[in-house]
Amino acid sequence: MIDLARPLALPRPRWKEPSILPGFGVGLGLTLTYLGLIVVLPLAALAIRPWELGVSGVWHELAQPRVTAALKLSFGLSALAALLNAPLGLLIAWTLVRYQFPGRRILDALVDLPFALPTAVAGIALSAIYAPNGPLGSLAAKIGIKTAYSPLGIFIALVFIGLPFVVRSLQPVMQDLDAEVEEAAQTLGATTLQRVIRVVLPALAPALISGVSLAFARAVGEYGSVVFIAGNLPMKTEIAPLLIVIKLEQYDYAGAAAVGLAMVVIAFSILIGINAAQTWFARRGRP
Amino acid sequence: MTAPAVAIRRPKPSSLRRPGIAPILILASVAVMAGLVVLPLGVVFRDAFAKGVSTYLAAIKEPDARAAIRLTLIVAAISVPLNALFGVAAAWSVTKFEFKGKAALLTLIDLPFSISPVISGLVWVLLFGAQGWFGTWLVDHDVKIIFALPGLVLATILVTLPFVARELIPLMQAQGSDEEAAALTLGASGLTTFVKITLPNIRWALLYGVLLCNARAMGEFGAVSVVSGHIRGQTTTLPLHVEVLYNDYDFVGAFAAASLLASLGLITLILKTALEWRHSGELAAGRKH
Repeated sequence: MIDLARPLALPRPRWKEPSILPGFGVGLGLTLTYLGLIVVLPLAALAIRPWELGVSGVWHELAQPRVTAALKLSFGLSALAALLNAPLGLLIAWTLVRYQFPGRRILDALVDLPFALPTAVAGIALSAIYAPNGPLGSLAAKIGIKTAYSPLGIFIALVFIGLPFVVRSLQPVMQDLDAEVEEAAQTLGATTLQRVIRVVLPALAPALISGVSLAFARAVGEYGSVVFIAGNLPMKTEIAPLLIVIKLEQYDYAGAAAVGLAMVVIAFSILIGINAAQTWFARRGRP
Repeated sequence: MTAPAVAIRRPKPSSLRRPGIAPILILASVAVMAGLVVLPLGVVFRDAFAKGVSTYLAAIKEPDARAAIRLTLIVAAISVPLNALFGVAAAWSVTKFEFKGKAALLTLIDLPFSISPVISGLVWVLLFGAQGWFGTWLVDHDVKIIFALPGLVLATILVTLPFVARELIPLMQAQGSDEEAAALTLGASGLTTFVKITLPNIRWALLYGVLLCNARAMGEFGAVSVVSGHIRGQTTTLPLHVEVLYNDYDFVGAFAAASLLASLGLITLILKTALEWRHSGELAAGRKH
């Protein structure tokens, strides 16, 4: 028998929870239209246009020595710079969080300077500093090290641009770090080094990894602060973003898009890998 | 500098503060910051005034420089309000309502931050350049996007799209919608509720987002460099003007223009820090980037 008291309608799958607030349609409509026009459509062009060359054409494009050299340089130096940012970021964040000294707040605000300074400004300033006649470039030249117009110059610019990411990722976590745990370790007889390695660093590891990967991601795509100091010699100091610019100037749209797409795909694969490692790390660290 | 003490930012006493180690770490930090981060700023102003104040002023008043300043202001005046409007709309729909696909939407909003600025310029050329998808149509209808103002605006909008939304979303998420719901129940209209309840709640975060968005919009280089064509006095924004002069070996001119941008960065930094000190409770993710 059919129970007439029960409503016949099946529970309709809902994609939106009911709400008494107005403006959902307008808000979401505006958001989706804007994102569609500004982000999705342009990125669709990036994803689709390289294949005008055909699969073998794209492969041929990316296998050119000049392209592989640029990709290797960009990703390699970005990784190295992000790795150097780890100890530098740890040092600066630790100092800002743990010690009280005159000018601490100013130093804290200055950490954001690489964000605040437009990249072209940072670029010409860094190349003026590290040029053979610049204040630091001349010092390095005396001991026979070429800084500007060499991979080392690119590396310095990438360290500059990535530093705030690591410091700002670490600061809140260091702030919350329980000093009592350290003291407990100390009471139990741990040396300073043991405390740092066994207690402090594991607690900071997830934030450190995410800061380093943000710095890495930024460095890979960085253009303005690098082009002036790089020297831009093909095969030697030509970064991948510059190669895109050069290909566009030659109206090689598909080639430029191929390099751009490769950069995005490689960068995202690396970041997803880091993310997975981090999740694994966090799970392992939990008691 | 004097500032009201903010409880959360006061350093905790450290058990690692043994005599000797603190000064070493502080000195090392100051040295790294001075050599790596502050020195470039100093060099900009040193080189801008290398040939005296009059040369500096002449470089800034020169017609191409003035045109570059004007263009930079126009581009920011179009892009920043649009991204602010988008940020509010996106934050409203994402934080006040529960719907499927929200995570994907949030990823999409953040996406422009994870791609190279050069790619953010490239994509517009792929669409509207001479050999772009819509290139022929644009030529037939005599519409210029690439190597013209619309291209500069589009590239800037794409690069700076997440700034306002990113500041508002975590804050509005934390605030919830109880206050709005109360106002509506008491008979206020949707618009009144937004203007009288929501807007005052988010104003500092909105200002913070607009500030960062504007700084980036005015200082953006990579993305606009791709779509500009570098036509002096016509399609060169201030950062591109810096590049053009630098490549012409006009170093005083380049650093003079750069000093304007550096001042913009410094002012932004000061205002941003002031907002963080005074309104830290009303900025959700203000300290994070």
